[in-house]
Amino acid sequence: MSRPFLEIVQLEKSFETSRGKLTVLSGFDLNIQEGKFVSIIGHSGCGKSTVLSMVAGLEEPSDGNIVVGNREIEGPGPDRAVVFQSPSLFPWMSALENVLIGVDQVFPQATRSQRREMSAWQLSRVGLGKELDKKASDLSQGQRQRVGIARAFALRPRVLLLDEPFGMLDALTRAELQEVLLDVWARDKITAMMITHDVDEALFLSDEVVMMTSGPYARVGEIVPVNLPRPRARKDVLGHPDYYRLRRSLLEFLEGPASHSPGAPPDKKASGAKAA
Amino acid sequence: MRHVIAFSETLGLSWVSPFARLISGEDPRRQFRAILLEVGLPLAAIAVFLLFWSVAASSIRTSLGTLPGPAQTIEQAGAMWQEYRAEKAKEKLFYQAQIQRNAARLERNPSARTTAWTYNGKPTYLDQIKTSLVTVFAGFLVATLIAVPVGLVCGLSPTVMGALNPLIQVFKPVSPLAWLPIVTMVVSAVYLGEAAWMPKSFVISAFTVALCSLWPSLVNTALGVASIDKDFINVARVLRLPTSTRITRIYLPAALPLVFAGLRLSLGVGWMVLIAAEMLAQNPGLGKFVWDEFQNGSSVSLARIVVAVLTIGVIGFALDRVMVILQRLASFGRPVQA
Repeated sequence: MSRPFLEIVQLEKSFETSRGKLTVLSGFDLNIQEGKFVSIIGHSGCGKSTVLSMVAGLEEPSDGNIVVGNREIEGPGPDRAVVFQSPSLFPWMSALENVLIGVDQVFPQATRSQRREMSAWQLSRVGLGKELDKKASDLSQGQRQRVGIARAFALRPRVLLLDEPFGMLDALTRAELQEVLLDVWARDKITAMMITHDVDEALFLSDEVVMMTSGPYARVGEIVPVNLPRPRARKDVLGHPDYYRLRRSLLEFLEGPASHSPGAPPDKKASGAKAA
Repeated sequence: MRHVIAFSETLGLSWVSPFARLISGEDPRRQFRAILLEVGLPLAAIAVFLLFWSVAASSIRTSLGTLPGPAQTIEQAGAMWQEYRAEKAKEKLFYQAQIQRNAARLERNPSARTTAWTYNGKPTYLDQIKTSLVTVFAGFLVATLIAVPVGLVCGLSPTVMGALNPLIQVFKPVSPLAWLPIVTMVVSAVYLGEAAWMPKSFVISAFTVALCSLWPSLVNTALGVASIDKDFINVARVLRLPTSTRITRIYLPAALPLVFAGLRLSLGVGWMVLIAAEMLAQNPGLGKFVWDEFQNGSSVSLARIVVAVLTIGVIGFALDRVMVILQRLASFGRPVQA
């Protein structure tokens, strides 16, 4: 197996609070192979979004390393595109302008019309080819998140980071957008890391599901490979003989003791020895 | 009809919409009720006020006679309109005579030099309104040009905000009457070559307006920029947008609704301050009109001042409406308190 494309090594995050230091994450290790879709699942407050923020470069890790394509990351950048939980579109811009502002930044050498074309094409891939000039504030919540997805893919990132991208949508729209995302992703095969708390969403989209233990001192508890055949259609996934076995193993972990009991500070000597 | 309703609501004239709905045949009973509430009630209140005013006024005797009631005020407003017409007629005659005079002179001697004098009659009430409006907008413009950029910097940098905040808090509540002597002295010392189109009194009034009205815009701009959605900043960071792009395409548009709310407050403050400033600086506007009438002390002076008071109120209201429209346009469909 080749060297993983995204490596997270001994990641730690702690905050100073009024009641002293709070270590949310500690000894978090994760490797993601190029072109794989990996979901991180865990209870709310376990620090899974913090992991994503640190990979995006929006938060500084307290300790540990994050390496993308053999290079340690330095701050945020368009090589690690983020789809935020709230679509975070600029409401005073049209759908097209919201995508274009990123494309302008990443492809300064292209002509204006080329950049417009690229942006329009990305929007048409998520089914918004006819709403290019609609103001973001006039789009529905689902449409906004479609723009959010188009904006991320338009950056041609090396890693796609999704922070509970469908968490604010109703169940029907969520299912629809999962398919849109899967469809676009399947063609580009960008290495993707998604935070979610939805077991079915994780299974439907991912190649691997990473389960986190509860914080403080949260880390990777268990990794479940999802070897359902691709391309995936929801009907086939739900009907697959492995599906309910996988689902049960995820739920067993999430409901079991490992995900509920808070972690303890790792033995510094032991982890030091491991690193050496 | 939909457009009429939407447009009148943008203007904050919600009382227009029941009439428009009524014309388009929408549930007449509900519309009549709405008209009664939105039009009838305020009209009734105005009627009660007028009644109270005329009764109370007739029983207060001042050294300039009885306090004017609504009837005397309307009478004076009419008289002032006649004065304006008369002044305009005189001006017209003056220019006609001048043209005739010059034509006659050229006829006698084709190479004669003719002079075109401008009419120099006393300013009419409408001229004074115009002067006041020009002054307030000049002051407001200066205030905006200072307040928005400084507010932007304050909003972007907590350090700058922390440094300037005490100064802002101290200067904000200072009355125009306190600023005026200082502004007068500074303008007199600095502004030497007085241009005809920009007299000293105008500069003094405008600067006093600017000094007093810039604070709400400054504070609101700073607040608008500082309270920008954290997700927007994260998007900008992921895209590695350069600072100039961040400011023009993200911070300013995001802060725009609050900036306009501040500008609206500023213009309101500016209009109030202007009257006081004009009184003291003798800038030929509404404030000077009120002051002159007060000094004049004729039997109709008080009624003329009441006309001025109502004019000031109506113009202030109109300015506020204009700002509400701008504020709504800048708010991307988010509701604005009228």
